[in-house]
Amino acid sequence: MTSTADVIDDKLLQKRLDKAMFNRRLRAFLLVLPILLFLLVVFIIPIAYFLFQGIYDKTFSSIMPQTTEVLSEWDGTSEPTEEMFAALAADMVLARENKTIGKVATRVNRDKPGSRSLFTSTARKVSKLEAPFKESLPDVKDKWNDIEVWQAMKTASRKFTPGYYAAALDLKLESDGSIVRQDEKRRIHMILMKRTLQISFLVTVFCLMLGYPIAYLLATLPAKTSNLLLILVLLPFWTSILVRTTAWIAMLQAQGVVNDLLVFFGITADDARFSLIYNKLGTLIAMTHILLPFMILPLYSVMKGIPPSYVRAAKSLGATNWTAFWRIYAPQTIPGVGAGAILVFIVAIGYYITPALVGGQEGTMISNTIDGHMRQSLNWNLAAALAGVLMIVVLSLYWLYDRIVGIDNMKLG
Amino acid sequence: MALPAYAGWGERVWYYAFRFICFLIFVFLISPILIVLPLSFNVEPYFSFTPGMLAGDPDAYSLRWYKDILTNGMANPEATTGWWADVWNNAQWIRSMRNSFFIGFFATLIATALGTMAAVGLSRSEMPFKKKIMAFLISPLIVPLVVTAAGTFRAFSELGLAYTHLGVILAHAILGIPFVIITVTATLVGFDNSLVQASYSMGATPLKTFFRVQLPLILPGVISGALFAFVTSFDEVVVVIAMASVEQRTIPRQMFSGIREQISPTILAVATILVIISIALLATLEMIRRRGERLRGVTPT
Repeated sequence: MTSTADVIDDKLLQKRLDKAMFNRRLRAFLLVLPILLFLLVVFIIPIAYFLFQGIYDKTFSSIMPQTTEVLSEWDGTSEPTEEMFAALAADMVLARENKTIGKVATRVNRDKPGSRSLFTSTARKVSKLEAPFKESLPDVKDKWNDIEVWQAMKTASRKFTPGYYAAALDLKLESDGSIVRQDEKRRIHMILMKRTLQISFLVTVFCLMLGYPIAYLLATLPAKTSNLLLILVLLPFWTSILVRTTAWIAMLQAQGVVNDLLVFFGITADDARFSLIYNKLGTLIAMTHILLPFMILPLYSVMKGIPPSYVRAAKSLGATNWTAFWRIYAPQTIPGVGAGAILVFIVAIGYYITPALVGGQEGTMISNTIDGHMRQSLNWNLAAALAGVLMIVVLSLYWLYDRIVGIDNMKLG
Repeated sequence: MALPAYAGWGERVWYYAFRFICFLIFVFLISPILIVLPLSFNVEPYFSFTPGMLAGDPDAYSLRWYKDILTNGMANPEATTGWWADVWNNAQWIRSMRNSFFIGFFATLIATALGTMAAVGLSRSEMPFKKKIMAFLISPLIVPLVVTAAGTFRAFSELGLAYTHLGVILAHAILGIPFVIITVTATLVGFDNSLVQASYSMGATPLKTFFRVQLPLILPGVISGALFAFVTSFDEVVVVIAMASVEQRTIPRQMFSGIREQISPTILAVATILVIISIALLATLEMIRRRGERLRGVTPT
């Protein structure tokens, strides 16, 4: 028989226990909170803000508000009205005064190449023009009668636009909102992405081919010897990427060590030295060297945990060395292969420094192009869209890595 | 994996062939790093061995590129007084070196303090959303550097942090965090939590328990995490290219423009010094690891 007091006590106890557990959870969480806030403020929000520009562009609509308004009512195919011309003229007068007309010109120029000078030269005379603008504007530049200019402005006036992502995928956003493929000779981003994926894939394969034997050797040698040899793997790992890239320039250039040796051994003539660097080959060699430790270390830690008795058992049961390796040993190394390969691929796909220094023209990768759009053509929106595409690839690989290997199994050194 | 006495000739051939392949791969790994050392003593302004160097002629070697590290950018390299002060204040490479150490030190401090705290929290069994938080904290390692650089630069410009030391330090702290988290959580896996309970039961405050009981035991992990964070900052160039003006130039940044603009063996001399620094770091890390093994009573077999 249970008394009422017992029941209350049980409930009270449960409550107190819950509270104690909650407090413990809270205390643990409070330890993590500062770093979460730090990363949120200086990492996540900045990147989100940057990527947001891939779909958001208010350049045109903020500088040309009246034009934007009338353009939103325009169907995009009928003849531009006097109201549209008047709004354009009024906005241009203001933009000229505020010295923002250059931004508008650049913005529209992205959708209709060759229209930059149309804006800048018209803006110089627009304050002297009189109504009807439908006639006076084309008098300055008859290109204002070209409906494609108006369509480009309508496209540019959209704040939220899929246009940059379309451009990143070699598509084109038309003024009526439809998306078509870019002209054949302007399809540059797809080539670039294919090349980026190809280089990353090849680097991963090379790292696996070179890393697997080394990891196997390290895992099977006695600890004393393998610790010594491990230093040969860790030294490059700890050496600056810039140093290693410089070293590869010294190795691979026309007058470099490798070519000198090839000439010395008579493999090639002195005047027919190989071009091993400032091209795709240079990028591949240098990146394989730089990322090789990322493959060896996870492979090594997995192989170290494989009991040698399994292979011995297979052999004692009559398996040849070949069968014992492929049927017994290799399958057990798959987690290491997966961990190393995904890690190398993720790092390779976003690589910047090495392709920039030794890649030449045909060895550059997507990161270099993103950088180029930010620094040279100052097209942050397109850079953000390309970065968005890159991020989608990288994050899906990261998710895959978590599923296969588990983030908490990531080890260093 | 010693060759057994009963091995057939096929096995013998494969055994030595395999070792030879491994030897070649090790040559691939190490030779570029070693090649830098002799080339940095070249008397000619080339990146390649001269016939004199190959013949072992002492006149073909010189320290001129090491001298160039000190003098390049000096106001008056011929001055007799105040030479070292001039080097300290004006020489390009020395200024970059000071920037690198300054930025690296503070970035490491932030990453290690925040990262260790978080790792202690993550190692508690009652921690909610453990895996998700872990994945989030490792993400700076995965996000392409160009994206991180663009994002931080854009946002920091609005806050007035672009082209300041603080901006670079904060961005580098982000990049160091994953390494601290990985190494410290790995050390905490082997940590005996009853020690903390014992400390509490004897009346120690949580803070005292952490500094007197837990920290000394996980110190190897914290130090190697800090070293990783420091090397990451010390080696990082993409964020620096975006975020830093001439005032914040670091060594890798200086090397980057050196390789692009006027390639001179001074870069090789700097590279040699950096290789020596990384050997020192590696030795430190190895010592920490051995000490940890000794303390835990594990001896290498």
